[in-house]
Amino acid sequence: MNAHSPVFLLKLALCLYAAGIGSALLAVRRDKLANLLGFGSATVAALCGIWAAILALTASAADQVASFTLWPSFVPYIELKVRFDALGAFFVLIVSVLALALSVYAFGYVRGFYGRKSVGVLAAFYNALLLATTLVFTASNAFFFLIAWEIMALTAYCLVSFEHEQAEARNAGVLYFVMSHAGTGCLILGFLLLFQTSHNYDFASFRALGAALSPGTRNAAFILFLLGFGVKAGIVPLHVWLPVAHPVAPSNISALLSGVLIKTGIYGLTRVLFDFLSPVPNWWGVTVLTIGTISAVLGVLYALMEHDLKRLLAYHSIENIGIILMGLGAALMFLHTHHPVLATLALIAGLYHTINHAIFKALLFLGAGAVLHSAHTRNMEEMGGLIKRMPKTAFCFLVGAVAISALPPLNGFISEWLTYQSLLQGFRSTESLVRLMFPLSGAMLALTGALAAACFVKAFGITFLAQPRSEHAAKAHEASPTMVGGMGILVAACAFLGLFPTTFLQLFDPLTAQLTGQTLSAQLSLHGAVFPVLRNAQDLEAVSSTYVPSGSVSTLGLAFVGVGLVVSLLLVLKLVWSRKTKVTAGPTWDCGSKGLTPQMEYTATGFSKPIRMIFKALFRPHREVQREYDYSPYFARTLHFESHIEEAFVARLYRPLNRRILRWSLRIRGLQAGSIQAYLIYIFITLVLLLIFAL
Amino acid sequence: MNSPELFIHIVLLLGLAPLVSGCIRNWKAKLQNRRGPPVWQPYLDLEKFFRKDMVISENASWLFRAVPFVLFSSTILAGLLVPLISVAAPLSMFGGVLALVGLLALGRFFLALGGLDPGSAFGGMGSSREMTLSAIAEPALMLAVFTVAIGARSTDLSQMLMAAQGPTWKLFNPAHVLAFAALFIVLLAETGRIPVDNPATHLELTMIHEAMILEYSGRYLALIEWSASIKQLVLMALLVNIFFPVGIAPIQSSAGALGFSLACLLAKLMALGAAVVLVETTNAKLRLFRVPDLLSAAFILAALALLSTFLFQ
Repeated sequence: MNAHSPVFLLKLALCLYAAGIGSALLAVRRDKLANLLGFGSATVAALCGIWAAILALTASAADQVASFTLWPSFVPYIELKVRFDALGAFFVLIVSVLALALSVYAFGYVRGFYGRKSVGVLAAFYNALLLATTLVFTASNAFFFLIAWEIMALTAYCLVSFEHEQAEARNAGVLYFVMSHAGTGCLILGFLLLFQTSHNYDFASFRALGAALSPGTRNAAFILFLLGFGVKAGIVPLHVWLPVAHPVAPSNISALLSGVLIKTGIYGLTRVLFDFLSPVPNWWGVTVLTIGTISAVLGVLYALMEHDLKRLLAYHSIENIGIILMGLGAALMFLHTHHPVLATLALIAGLYHTINHAIFKALLFLGAGAVLHSAHTRNMEEMGGLIKRMPKTAFCFLVGAVAISALPPLNGFISEWLTYQSLLQGFRSTESLVRLMFPLSGAMLALTGALAAACFVKAFGITFLAQPRSEHAAKAHEASPTMVGGMGILVAACAFLGLFPTTFLQLFDPLTAQLTGQTLSAQLSLHGAVFPVLRNAQDLEAVSSTYVPSGSVSTLGLAFVGVGLVVSLLLVLKLVWSRKTKVTAGPTWDCGSKGLTPQMEYTATGFSKPIRMIFKALFRPHREVQREYDYSPYFARTLHFESHIEEAFVARLYRPLNRRILRWSLRIRGLQAGSIQAYLIYIFITLVLLLIFAL
Repeated sequence: MNSPELFIHIVLLLGLAPLVSGCIRNWKAKLQNRRGPPVWQPYLDLEKFFRKDMVISENASWLFRAVPFVLFSSTILAGLLVPLISVAAPLSMFGGVLALVGLLALGRFFLALGGLDPGSAFGGMGSSREMTLSAIAEPALMLAVFTVAIGARSTDLSQMLMAAQGPTWKLFNPAHVLAFAALFIVLLAETGRIPVDNPATHLELTMIHEAMILEYSGRYLALIEWSASIKQLVLMALLVNIFFPVGIAPIQSSAGALGFSLACLLAKLMALGAAVVLVETTNAKLRLFRVPDLLSAAFILAALALLSTFLFQ
């Protein structure tokens, strides 16, 4: 077989992941060997995966879609069929890039588990998760897809509760398990609904359904898939498991969960909505856009209230899923109004943000992991001053923070820019009042972006700057070279996707050709490698009179001029003033007291206090102050302060639901009496009912 | 983009910014029956700061030293996207109004980190408030910008200006009046003016911008102060040029036309500056938690502007 065919490389990657599982389990008693074998084969597999995906996404249309059967199956309807099309290849690219960085990082990171936890088991589950996720993205049969989906969910469960000595990890694992399976239930129902019409579980048959599906079935399927994939993606209000489960896993696994696993939900939605269920009614797009907007704003608001570094990052995943869904929702609305070019633009915006989020979120989780590794706490209030103790990690985290805050010139800016552009175009694409949604979502996206920037000033500033707030933080040390290397790969990816978007946009062509029948990379990069420009007036008018020039941006140009400005500024300062002035180091102004202590620094909770006050109708913060004093409350002897926030969805929705389910279960429990006679009666009654039914 | 144009633009940004700040300060004093500092005082201040020695906090890291440079160059970059005297801004191809907002946010992000770095409570307080208020101002800003961009069919500022000069543009279009009002409130918030922040205060509990830069001295302080006034100039120029596109020279004009355009720009900036002075003098600084009300009023104005685009087009 040709070594340069994407399918061969994909098979190689799958085999290497499988070899990773096997070898790590064989070497389970020897931690060092298991580390080397398990993560080593994952590294090579990831390289193969990247190569395969890039080949598949740059191939010409003729030889593009290749499918093969993984294993012959003797059960009707179930075929283990893999089809490596452009959409799947794009997501395989995401998982492989992350797998590469995370595996390199893991070499150093898992050393912390030596002698304490089994590295072999961790590496085996890690490889299994990557294998299952790759199969989810390439499976071409509903049954096979669900099998891969379940393996993925179960291995993720095992990894979430990997440190099962801690009650927190166990509880998080169970919550994840329950929510995930409720979602899978919806998916099974959804696929069964489609099967009713197609009489086949092959994805090709779903694709051929088209208008054969009745509107009722179509809408029911949409709701089921939205719920099923929405749980996995972590959309509000189905997100409650996410900020609980992601932080407790080992940090490289958290990165994988937040970077890739929730993207399987996005993959599923894209596959089902754009590939199977088109044409789409308008309310689907409206629903997805609304859910996206709500998830984005609520995700970032709850993130701001966190002072647990990893939970904060997990809430930001909800926010970013929201931003991705804004792009997808807008694309659906454009498809409904027959604007394929705009739909393509919005789809690209959403998917570009998908890969961007995967990369910078993984980078931030790895940074948080390095901090956790050396400061032994996830609580930001006990950190501080780490920029001097772990400068490389601090730099990597800063890059991730700038990228996630959608600041130029990094990648987050590009995808949010594309999202803004597609939302702006939306206003002119339709005549109905619905179009007011586009600019309003845009305004909410602006709020989200600015709040995210505030949140990452807090996350970076409190964690890395000023004086250390605890002894552990004061004794922190730099992460090992492989950990820094893993983060470095992602830093480079952030810079590449930010500075050279037009190069990357070309990979979208086969994908959008498949889903919307349009290719846009030429229009989006009119001036070669520098400018992502939407085509100017004349060109776009030719396509349709409703499309308008929408502006251009060049992060590379901005970065170039910016660096030029900094350099000339440094030169001027050096030549004119530096020689005549001197620089001394002194203590920070302490208002004349006896020097500043870390206790006087601003805290993470204090930093977000204004936001907590402004949005107190949403947060309903619980606050308790107790003072003991002798003469007047203003001169307290001791002060006890307690403040916490409970998510409205947990308090209002999930807790009552939970209570109700328990109550019902208690009532039904009577049925399971334990006496064999009762069971025999049940069987008899069932038989009679079935007979009546059959007649 | 050609280099003389770029050079003139940078010189204008650097040269005009302290003048605008000085005028506002001087007129404010006059309106309050004080003599006030001369209008060129900010130039003297900058010169003085550049000559002074620097004291840098022992707690500060490399980031603290990098902040003035990032802030200064990102603010100038933002300024290069805004047309001042010619319809074509020098870096118009490199980004439109979205990039402008992004670059200002980049500068603010680093300035807020610079406030946290020395580990003083004032710095943290300033950073926290600055990031909060700018976040609340952002949706109003974006919505107002969207309204104008929808009218102009582009987010490119040069395109927006050309549309503003075009025949279909009406000055007293309700959408524009409302969007202008919204952006004016955002301008007050973004440049730290009363009623949001008081640029003249050093009172611990009320300052926002001043709290963040409390630990900076010498030439770093000069760079930060200069960036703050450039940012003010950029936002004011954006407002006057988009909403009152009178006298701006078209592409490739003669030196005379550019001179006339510069005079027009100065007149418009002075008028807007006078409006700011009037607001600053007739209002008291709002309590911090009253500011969101003001900014939500701006958001509602912007939303109404959008609605009227929908109704009256």
